[in-house]
This record gives sequence, C-alpha cells and structure tokens, in this order.
Amino acid sequence: MKHLGKTAAMAAGLAMAAGAGTVAVSSDAAAAWKPKKPVEFVIMAGKGGGADRLARFIQGIIKKNKLAALPLVPINKGGGSGAEALRYLKDKQGDPHVIMATLNSYYTTPLRNPGLGVDISKFTPIARLAEDTFQLWVHSDTKIMSVKDYVAAVKKAGPKNWKMGGTGKGQEDSLVTAMLEGAYGIKVTYVPFKGGGTVAKQLIGKHIDSTVNNPSEQIGFWKAGKSRALATFTPKRLKAFPDVPTFAELGQNLSYFMQRSVVAPGGIPADAEAYYVDLFDKVYKSEDWQNYLTSKGLLPGWLTGKALQDYFVKEREAHRKLLMSMGEIK
Amino acid sequence: MEILGLLLEGFAVALEPINLALIVAGCIAGLFIGAMPGLGSVNGVAILLPMTFLVPPTSAIIFLGSLYYGAMYGGAISSIMLGIPGASTAVATTFDGRPMALQGKADRALVAAATASFVGGTISVVLFTLFAPPLADFALAFGPPEEFALLMLAFATFIGLGGDDIPKTFFSIFIGLMFSAVGLDIVSGNPRLIFFDLPGFYHGINFLVLAIGIYGIGEILWTVETTRGEMVVSRAAVTIRGVVRALADLRHNIRSMLMGSFLGYFVGILPAAGATPGSLMAYGVARTMSKNPETYGKGNVDGVVAPESANNAASTGSMLPMLTLGIPGSPTTAILLGGMVIWGLEPGPMLFIEHKEFVWGLIASLYAANLFALLINIAFIPAFLMVLRMPFTVLAPVIFILCVVGGYAPTQDMHDVWLMLIFGVMGYLMRKLDYPLAPAVLAIVLGPLAEASVRQSLIMAHGSFGIFFERPISAIIMAIAIGLFAWPLIMVVRRLVGPARAD
Repeated sequence: MKHLGKTAAMAAGLAMAAGAGTVAVSSDAAAAWKPKKPVEFVIMAGKGGGADRLARFIQGIIKKNKLAALPLVPINKGGGSGAEALRYLKDKQGDPHVIMATLNSYYTTPLRNPGLGVDISKFTPIARLAEDTFQLWVHSDTKIMSVKDYVAAVKKAGPKNWKMGGTGKGQEDSLVTAMLEGAYGIKVTYVPFKGGGTVAKQLIGKHIDSTVNNPSEQIGFWKAGKSRALATFTPKRLKAFPDVPTFAELGQNLSYFMQRSVVAPGGIPADAEAYYVDLFDKVYKSEDWQNYLTSKGLLPGWLTGKALQDYFVKEREAHRKLLMSMGEIK
Repeated sequence: MEILGLLLEGFAVALEPINLALIVAGCIAGLFIGAMPGLGSVNGVAILLPMTFLVPPTSAIIFLGSLYYGAMYGGAISSIMLGIPGASTAVATTFDGRPMALQGKADRALVAAATASFVGGTISVVLFTLFAPPLADFALAFGPPEEFALLMLAFATFIGLGGDDIPKTFFSIFIGLMFSAVGLDIVSGNPRLIFFDLPGFYHGINFLVLAIGIYGIGEILWTVETTRGEMVVSRAAVTIRGVVRALADLRHNIRSMLMGSFLGYFVGILPAAGATPGSLMAYGVARTMSKNPETYGKGNVDGVVAPESANNAASTGSMLPMLTLGIPGSPTTAILLGGMVIWGLEPGPMLFIEHKEFVWGLIASLYAANLFALLINIAFIPAFLMVLRMPFTVLAPVIFILCVVGGYAPTQDMHDVWLMLIFGVMGYLMRKLDYPLAPAVLAIVLGPLAEASVRQSLIMAHGSFGIFFERPISAIIMAIAIGLFAWPLIMVVRRLVGPARAD
C-alpha cells in the first residue's frame, strides 16, 4: 500500500505540474477559467454499461495524457433511463464544476417523461465526440448471408418465432428494430435485455435470432467468427467493416446513430465553456480516441457550440416523430 | 501439457518483483476496502482504475485482480465483527458470523472465513486454468429460461431458511420482492412503486441499503433492548494454538467448503449474476443439505464457510466470461472490462490467442493473490479482535456512523440514508415479531434478476410456461427446484395430518 500511495502521489504531482503548464501555455481563451475543484462527470447510465465504459475511457484518456489539472470524478446517475442525471443537471444550473456524458436517452427520456421538466435546449453543449453506429447481426452458423436472406427467413419463421434481442423498450435498439420492420414489412418478437453486451451474448448462445448491436459490442465475437454483420445503418460503409454493405446501398434509406457527447448545465460562464471545449478537443484529437473510433466502428463527429445545440434540437424532433409512430408517446 | 507450459509462463510474469509488490498492495487495499461497510470491490476497482495507467496492462490487471480478491476476504470482517455486511458479497456471512462473534467465537469465525475464502479461491482458479474454454461455452448455454430456473432453485433453498415457520418466511420473501420491484420496469421502461413521488426511488432500492439497515441499525436497536447497553462479549484470546485449533476444527466443514466453491464458481461464470447471489445461494444450499438446519443463523460454522468459499470462487468465476466473452459476470468485472478497453486490449474470444501473457499472467497472479490474502488476513485477526474489546457505548456510535456511510456510498444519495434508517426500524420490529430477515435480503438481490429472466422467457415463448420445461438444462434445474419447494410443504402437511391420524 505504501508503495502504491507513493506512486499515486507522484503521479498526482506530475499531473498537476503538467496541467498547470498546459493552461499557462495554451491560448488566452482557455486560460481565463479553470476548475477550482474536481469536476463531477455525470453518466446517464449505470456502472458497467456501454455509456459508462466510454465515459471511464474518456476519463482515462484525460488522466493518461495529463490533460486536466484536477481530475474528473465519474458519477453514475442511471435511474429512469437517465432521468435522474437530467434532473440533476437541471438543478445544477450555473455550476461550472459539473459536466455530463450523453447518449440518445438525452432526447428520448425527456420526451417520455414530460413531468421531468427538462428542456435539453437550456443546457450548455460542449462537444460531440463521436457517433456510434448500428448493424444487423445474426449468428455465423445460420445460412443467412444477406439482408435479402434475412427478410425471407423472418417471413418464413413468422413474427412469433423470430426473436430480436435488444436493450429496453423505447431505447435505441428498439427504435432501430422498428425502422427495420417498417422498411421491410416484417414483424419480430422484441426481447429486451439489460445492456448491449448481454444482447450480444444471447445471440452467440442462440437464445435469440438477430440483434442490432453496435459494432463495439459484437466485434470480439465477429473476429472469432461467431457472428455475422449483414448491413450497417449508415449512409457510408464503416472502415472496420469494409465488406458489409449499408442499407442505403440495398435501396432502403435506413440510418441511425447514437451520439456520444458532453454537455454542461445551463448558464455557466462563457470562459468555463471554452475551457471544456478546449479540454475535449484534446481528448478528441488524442491517438487513443482516434484509434478507438476506427477499430470499434464509430464515426468521428466533432461538433461544438451552436452547431451542436442545433443538432440536439433537430435530433430531438426526429426522435419525437419516431416515438410517436411507435405509439410510445402521444 | 500446453496449459501447464502457459501457466508456468504466467507465473514468470506474476512473480516479477513489481507484480509481486502489486499483488501484496492489492490484497491489503482490498482487505480494507472490503472491510469498510458500503465500500466493496466495485468501488475499490472503480476508484483505483485510473491509477493503473502508470504500469503496463498486465501489472494493472494483476493489481486490480488482487484487490478484487482481497475485498472478498475483507468483506467478512465487518460482517462478523460488527454485524454490518462489509460488502454486498458478505451479506450471507452476517447470518452466522455475527452470532459466532457474540458467543465469543469471533476468532474461529474469522479463521473459518479466511480459510474458506482460500479454498474457494484456489478451487476456482484451478477450474479456470483447466477448463476455461469449455466453461465459456457452458455459460453461453444459459439463456433467460435457464437463468430463471437457477434463480428458482435459489429461492427454493431459502424456503427452509426461516426455520419452521413457512408462512413467515414467505412473508419475508414477499416483502423483499416488493422492494426489489421499485424503480423502472425493465421491459416497458415505466416507473413503478415510486412512493410519494420521491425521485430517489427511480434508481430502485439498492439492496445494500436494506441489508445495512436491517443488520446494522436493526442490530444496534436489538442489542440496546436486550442488554440495556451492557453488552458482554466473552473475550476471545488469540493465540497461535487457538488459530491452529480453529484450522483443525474446519475439517468438519470441508463438505460445505467444497459445495460453496463449486456452486460459487458456477454461479460466477453466468453473466449478470456474480458473487452476491452466489454466496447467498451457497448459504441456502448448505442449510438444506445440513442434518441440523435449525442451528443455522445461530452461529453455525458451516454458515460462514459456505458463503465465504462461494464469494471468492464466484469472483474468479466472473472473470471467465469477462475474458472469454467480453461479458462481465459481476459489477466489478464490468469496471475491469472498461479498464481493459483503456489499456488497448480487446476482451473476447481472441484475447486468449492475441494476448496470452496478459491472460496467463492474470491467472497465475490469482494463485499468488489467494495465498497472500490468506496470510495477511490471518496476521490481522488479532487487530480485528480488538474491536470487540471496545465498550458498547463506544462501539454503537461507530457502527451507526459506518451504517450511514455504507448507506450513502453506493448511490451517493441522502434519500438512501433515510431509507436505510427506516429499514433499520422495520428490521428490528420484524425480528421482535420473530420474522426471518435473511429471505427478505435474498429476495431483494435475486428479485430483479428473476423478474427480468422470467419476463424475457415468456416474451420469447409468447406467454407459455412450457419454455422452462422444454429446454433440457432448464427442465432439470426446474424439477429440482420444484422438489425443494414441495419438500417443506409436504412436511407441514404431514405434521398437520399426523396427529389427526394418531387420534
């Protein structure tokens, strides 16, 4: 313990020295404000899920490359599909020592719970770091080689016997499934599981017939030859999966993304906003982040400021329509 | 033979000076983190994860793996000494560990816990070494119906837990199930049982809040009432001879130890279960197998040995799906998985091929961590026993503060602290009215898992319960569970019918 304590103290010292250096050297805009205490990094999901792992990965990049003088402290507020986190951020109005990692429940949760009183356009957008993608997956033991085979197989099995696994109802996987059903005129039995990792495992164990996993959730099995991606829900092919066609190529304009962004409470000082934009710009440009994006099939998608806020509002409206068409909201 | 060669290479990695130092540091850190109520291996691994960038990935996982192990040992300490579960995985250890301490047998309970942890840990690492790939396939064979059948088996073993009063046991289970349903419905995403519209209920009721409330706070209230503050604990002197005798006595508990180890390992490798359900199930099974089940909950050594061997075995077990499938078997391995991504390793089937030194270094380090954790734990026993020499007037406020910290730590929400105090009073009243508490704790841990798996199964089968009996693994487990459910009921009926016939 003694040994560890010493190393840790040294590391903290180093990080502080490096951090101070960065602030002094970097441009005037970012030098004006810096955190006076550790920054709370709120995560809209529970420990261990995809969103949590990504947030901790970001924390790791900041720590490893010594990008900030004071640490980010991840706090999970996953209750109510992120309702707890959204409410918390609203109550922290004007507090520059809180930021939050978002996923698409950033739009859907306030839409599904109007009583929450959260308007995301009142929050301060910091940066969009990536857009995660979705693919249609089946087990590699099946004879389904293409989307055409897939549609035929689903129709042959009938809606009662074709099981599609995914995350909770009203969440991303169920939206993508609904889009797929609508486009090809098919019906599946949707079985919800706790997280994308569990969904992937259920497919490999053949308890379900297909999934719309993120590439990062299936990539381990895919490399081991246990699963097969049929098509990608993006306009262009992914670098990590050059042989997998997009739905657009197959004549159906299906695309859906999961945004990975960082936001802050509303009403924070402009120089605090500038500090965070600068910090996440460094995260975004880091080798670790860029490698992660390419190898896990995420799309780079740097956005900030007003452009990001406009994007959020536009996506919220798109999700409102999607949820209404599914009968999830009125 | 190939495995032996790989393992030896692993040992060469694990026994490098830096790694050896990290194993010892991890064990000690884990021991204390585990012993602190409310802080468990999840918190320890999450807090220390960012520090591991200072060393290579293999050293990092070795440190965190040792910490995970140490925490499993440490959790037993406050369960036994203070009656507050030190970590979620040590809840079942409270059931018999605390009564043993009150009877002046704290040293024996601690030695039993440490030894059982060692046995559980060692057996599971050996199983891991020999059968990792086939066991990974086995874990895949468990879909929602199989998971539900297994959970039913766990409930069945607990029916007998409340002693002979079956209706009171059922009542306790139902109370636990009701609390476990609070929060968000996993299928529809709609909020349920949000009492008084309090936002704190959205994240559900963390079972540690219930366990610390009824065992920690409830215990203080109970002790105050029964002793009027003059608690007399017969002092256990620690001598080397005493420890040796305690070790020798454990030969009577080998059966429970082996059962706990295998069961814990098996439950650990199933995704989403982990060490907490594993230890509770081992306790239930040990009691069901026992010739004198009525001695459980009153200081039976087997009641300490079974859950402690199981939680260590499960913690190793839960690393198996993490490494081979990239699926965490417990909340702690979920965080470790995040660490592996940061270190640039891809968990999953390819890890064993692409990063041999990492996998085998970790496995070898678990052998070493087990041994060190045992030695360190036993060396600290005299220090832990000092706690019992404190007068109750000092100890009670300390326990109270630890309970509040423990209630706050998992969710960092004051809501849960108030809830814990209410559960404390409730637990005290239930105890006074002779309701068993352990089944309620079991129900709140296993309830959400059971609910998810039964609903997923029924969605898959379009509402037909036949799915549980059509699949071979599920059918076998379900049949055993039904048998165990029926057994005490048959006994009750026989007792009711018996005298009538004698008339």
